[in-house]
Amino acid sequence: MLTSTLIPMQFAVPDFAPAIPEIFLLIGTGLVLLIDLFLKDSQRFITYVLSQAVLLITAGLVIAGFNDIYLAEAAQVTGKQSITTFSDMFVLDPMAQILKVAVLLITAGVFVYSRPYLFSREMYKGEYFTLGLFAVLGMMIMISAKTMLLIYLGLELLSLAMYALVAFRRDNGRASEAAMKYFVLGAIASGMLLYGMSIIYGVSGSLHIDHIAAYMGNHEVMQNIGLLLGLAFIIVGLGFKLGVVPFQMWIPDVYDGSPTAVTLFLGTAPKIAAFAMIIRLLVEGLGEMVQGWQQILSMLAALSFIIGNIVAIAQTNIKRMFAYSTISHMGFVLLGILAGSELGYAASMFYIITYAIIAAGGFAIIILLSRTGYEADQLNDLKGLSTRHPWYAFMMLLFLFSMAGVPPTVGFYAKLSVIQAVVSADLVWLAVIAVVMSVVGAYYYLRAIKLMYFDQPDEKDGAGKLLEPAKAGLDFNVLISANGLAVIALGILPGTLMALCVMAVKASL
Amino acid sequence: MTLELFIFYLFAVITLSSAVGVVTARNPVYAALYLILAFFTSAATWVLLEAEFLGVVLVLVYVGAVMVLFLFVIMMLDIKIDTLKEGMVRYLPLGLLVAVIVVAEMIFVMKSSTFDRAIPEPAPLSIDNTKALGEILYTEYMYPFEIAAVILVVAIIAAISLTLRRREGVKKQNQGEQVRTRKSDRLRVVKMDSEKRTSTRQEERS
Repeated sequence: MLTSTLIPMQFAVPDFAPAIPEIFLLIGTGLVLLIDLFLKDSQRFITYVLSQAVLLITAGLVIAGFNDIYLAEAAQVTGKQSITTFSDMFVLDPMAQILKVAVLLITAGVFVYSRPYLFSREMYKGEYFTLGLFAVLGMMIMISAKTMLLIYLGLELLSLAMYALVAFRRDNGRASEAAMKYFVLGAIASGMLLYGMSIIYGVSGSLHIDHIAAYMGNHEVMQNIGLLLGLAFIIVGLGFKLGVVPFQMWIPDVYDGSPTAVTLFLGTAPKIAAFAMIIRLLVEGLGEMVQGWQQILSMLAALSFIIGNIVAIAQTNIKRMFAYSTISHMGFVLLGILAGSELGYAASMFYIITYAIIAAGGFAIIILLSRTGYEADQLNDLKGLSTRHPWYAFMMLLFLFSMAGVPPTVGFYAKLSVIQAVVSADLVWLAVIAVVMSVVGAYYYLRAIKLMYFDQPDEKDGAGKLLEPAKAGLDFNVLISANGLAVIALGILPGTLMALCVMAVKASL
Repeated sequence: MTLELFIFYLFAVITLSSAVGVVTARNPVYAALYLILAFFTSAATWVLLEAEFLGVVLVLVYVGAVMVLFLFVIMMLDIKIDTLKEGMVRYLPLGLLVAVIVVAEMIFVMKSSTFDRAIPEPAPLSIDNTKALGEILYTEYMYPFEIAAVILVVAIIAAISLTLRRREGVKKQNQGEQVRTRKSDRLRVVKMDSEKRTSTRQEERS
């Protein structure tokens, strides 16, 4: 009965070692889910601590895989530090490791920041944490995906958890509206991405990223109408997920409508996973079509700078303002990728990681200013923050300066390295637009700083007294201070992280 | 004409005519039943193509589960047939145009050189494709298979967390409490003093 089977005879049990962090995360999440069922509402703290423990241990496991002996062996054989397992579907390389650590640590920070918000709004439920952990699992799968099948599955796992989180405050009309928009547009984007993937699969005959790249290597790819069509659809799907113009419509509404704790999550870690997805699909898979995607991405990036920065000026709501600022920041990320050089990819990687750190801090301050029954999401709520909370105001100042790209904060260095990459790719016009639009963008960041430092607080209670400052726990205060100081420290000494990014890109791609 | 070809044409004609029936039937329940027939005959076509697993799944999933749900929904909703049929003539040209474009695109794609690749040889009949699918799914595709399972878990958690709510003032039975009930919960024994006969009654009797 030898012929009666289609499995390759050489099938061996896969090597589970590279995927140990994912396996641990899945088991841990399952345990948190089960334990949470037996806890009373007053004991939710246990769920929170367990979720944090799962995240941190997973991060530890990923870090333990750095300097892995098998990675070094792979580097000697193939020149690339990457090992694959599960029938070549799962890849572990330094880039994946660094991005995974970033996702895990940022999510741990997000949980710390969101706890007081959830607590004061009766949203302190186990599902926030379990869905968050599942979303992290989805991101890690995307980061390590080597076939289009897994990229899609990871993306769906992430998106599904995110849709549910956005709709978490079900009785709130705006949150439901945001969830509906996010769900419908996300589904369309997934459809576009899937359509593009199926066309590429139809032409190249494989879902595997390396096989696609090999097929591209010996065909006239820029003349192949099928491949070009597939590329266009894939870029539309990626554009939606990343939120760049002209696929940005959902970003402001979803950022604004979701509970701030969810906006905080949505605006940070998933961006890193989206970056990994772009690198895997466009750079590793469709690398031969660089001419094609460079043109399209240049247009997307230029439009994102212009629309993101100009429309942000008109916003009075901080969450919407941050949403438009995200759009322009994602333009910068694209800038590094479309440069098509190792330097550019490394600069983009640096940009996306530091942006996630900055954005987490910015949203944390909004959470801090809000109280039970009151969302401090208007720009006017920042008025006079420096007299009420000098330290928080200083932190917000650092985050805003960094978003605007003012030295010595890290935002400046990130923007500089991305622009350097694009100039060395002979796309000077794009660099000029980026710089000019950054100057335009500085206006609305500086306006927020002016409100904090030069305006008087006008929030009064019934008796005409100034409202009591919000109180946050020790963990929150320590983390926000560390976050703010990291923005400065990385700005002054960007070398370590940048070197790590350059090393990762060189070793992985 | 071989028997195989004859069976194919038989099922193809039934599939097409029932598909037309889905669109033209006046009663939505009949339309749903026509759809079931269309699914069933398509399943037969799959079996004819030696893809018996797909045929069985089509019957199990679509006919067995999805269409039953459809029928439930159709019967629960009070659908006005006349309003549904309104504008049929008005939108017919547009619909035909779309149909023609789709057909043209399909022909264009099938004939294009981009997807021009050799048709794979059919596997010998001795291979059981349910078994083959199972074997490949649990070996090479184990990892994506597991992730698909995780996605389903997330869907369940999301659905439950979004719909489960404890509403106040809802009247409901608690069977456990009902069973555990004791005499003292339901029955109130009232101690009363015995009363003397009043004189008026005595008079009435007499």
